[in-house]
Amino acid sequence: MTTVPTATPPTIPARLVDDFAPSLIRNEAHHLCPGCGEPIAMRSIAESIEALELAKRTISVVGIGCYTGFSSACDLDTVQALHGRAPSVATGVKRVLPDRCVFMLQGDGDMVNEGLQEIIHTAARGERVTAILLNNGVFGETGGHMTATSVIGQRTKNTVEGRDPIQHGFPIPIANLIAQLEGAVFVARGAVNTAANVSRTRKWIQRAFELQMQGAGFTFIEVLTMCPTGWIVETTEAPDYLNDNLAATYALGVLKEPASK
Amino acid sequence: MPERLIEGSEAIAEGMVAAGCRFFTGYPMTPFTEVLEHMARLLPEHGGDCINAESELEAIGMVWGAAAAGARAATGSVGQGLSLMQESISEMCRGQVSAVILNMSRGQTDYFQATRGGGHGDYRTPVLAPVDVPEAAELMQLAFHLADEWRNPVLFYGDYYLAHVQEAVDVVARDFGELPPKDWCVDGTSGGTGNSRLVSPLSQTKTDLEMHGGGYGSHLEFTIARMEAMEAGITPMVETGYLEDAELVVVSFGTAARYVRYVVGLLRDEGLPIGFIRPITLWPFPHQVIAEAAVRAHAVAVFELNNGQMIDDVRLAVNGRAPVHFIGTLTLDASGFGISPDYDTERLQDRILNAFAAQHSEVAS
Repeated sequence: MTTVPTATPPTIPARLVDDFAPSLIRNEAHHLCPGCGEPIAMRSIAESIEALELAKRTISVVGIGCYTGFSSACDLDTVQALHGRAPSVATGVKRVLPDRCVFMLQGDGDMVNEGLQEIIHTAARGERVTAILLNNGVFGETGGHMTATSVIGQRTKNTVEGRDPIQHGFPIPIANLIAQLEGAVFVARGAVNTAANVSRTRKWIQRAFELQMQGAGFTFIEVLTMCPTGWIVETTEAPDYLNDNLAATYALGVLKEPASK
Repeated sequence: MPERLIEGSEAIAEGMVAAGCRFFTGYPMTPFTEVLEHMARLLPEHGGDCINAESELEAIGMVWGAAAAGARAATGSVGQGLSLMQESISEMCRGQVSAVILNMSRGQTDYFQATRGGGHGDYRTPVLAPVDVPEAAELMQLAFHLADEWRNPVLFYGDYYLAHVQEAVDVVARDFGELPPKDWCVDGTSGGTGNSRLVSPLSQTKTDLEMHGGGYGSHLEFTIARMEAMEAGITPMVETGYLEDAELVVVSFGTAARYVRYVVGLLRDEGLPIGFIRPITLWPFPHQVIAEAAVRAHAVAVFELNNGQMIDDVRLAVNGRAPVHFIGTLTLDASGFGISPDYDTERLQDRILNAFAAQHSEVAS
């Protein structure tokens, strides 16, 4: 374990966070809540596209949720899809422009509630696109309501005593479902609640884009993101809440790797 | 003379290919299924892609994406399947996504759905309703032209008869004139330039909100202005017959109009002053032609295979200038495909003659 030495002055001068802003982020202003995990995921996507030098070969397809601002905030060619429909829209784009990098950005309400059949069919078809799910287990944009991925016991505006499986059923581990489909070649679940998780997640996103461009098949990255507003917890507690609740239900890691040649 | 005798579904598919359609997708449902079969065969031969959509929701979503990526793209179904697609069709109007949607309907009960928009919000889609196979092959191509000209979905309204009747037709590529460049489409090349493209039902460009501050409201105003410009810019298409001295004018569209045209011809041979009007564009509706005919006529009759839908538009066009009689009927055959027992020339003749007699008695009283 590396410890940061504090007895001596740092050898590297301090830098503004602004210095690190990916060039593909057009506008740093957003209306996401303090402590929201989504901007970190979006930043990871932008950094991955930059790292692979795909900015002039990429089309993003964005769903409807808090993260919809990505449509205009990110300097990539973009198609805005309706709630749940991004996988089909991305399919149409990719079939017409097969040599482009096409990814969709969806939340859990968008992908696992409204558009569940679309994501499964698109994965089963083995469409050469990348799906990125921002999963916070709550409809953030409506003000904090239960989604299909809300974990057992999770308090939301319409499960005020916590999600009870007798009344509200069980959460859907979508990445695990997708991993079972032949058409999906790379499936991973990351999170943005710690620096280490951000780093791993960022690598998996980049790996998914690489595999897509190699024509490997359907790639799927689930990212657990903090939503302190929707979880009704303090902003500073949200990373731990993610770890103790969401990550306890949805294990982090690579769920499926391409078969080695 | 055309050398080939082909069914309507095949002519429609060939019309799409001739128009440059290279992306098609659909979910089987008779009589749309037949068009899907022909496209599944034709498109790979022409370098295109035909996907078996898992549902109508996937179908319209894929067309949205393919059209946004620059392809001439189409899907379709029967009215029931179009009901499932309505959310997307409505938002494609707000997102300025040009695509063609076929309704190979069962009968004529989808007139309201086609012309009023089955979805939410203020929007319009041009609707083309051919009467026979050669016209279908032409209008299919015009549909793509109008979609690109106005950056809007265009509906093509066919039926079981049109899908299955075989007629002699040569499907020839038609040139409808210059179109604006499709520089609004995404091709993935503008990332990182500061001017990357956006195809969205929520705004026109990535900088809209920053520039105008009017937000979604100003985008809706923009959309409404577009719809008004489209209505003013598309000349309604219509076929008329024997209007010059017609005392009774019969209005009908699509396959029903083919029967009306024939029966009115027979009645003309007997010297009866009856004429007909066939709207080809159901939207924009040929209000002017109907209004002018209603000034001269004693009465107007509407024959359509539903419980009275287009008659609303006819009444709006006539606007009290003459009485408007409904002489249509619901399609009540057991097949459900709209192969109506009411497509019977003798019965239709009785309906028209009754309307003719009624207008005479009204004039007498």
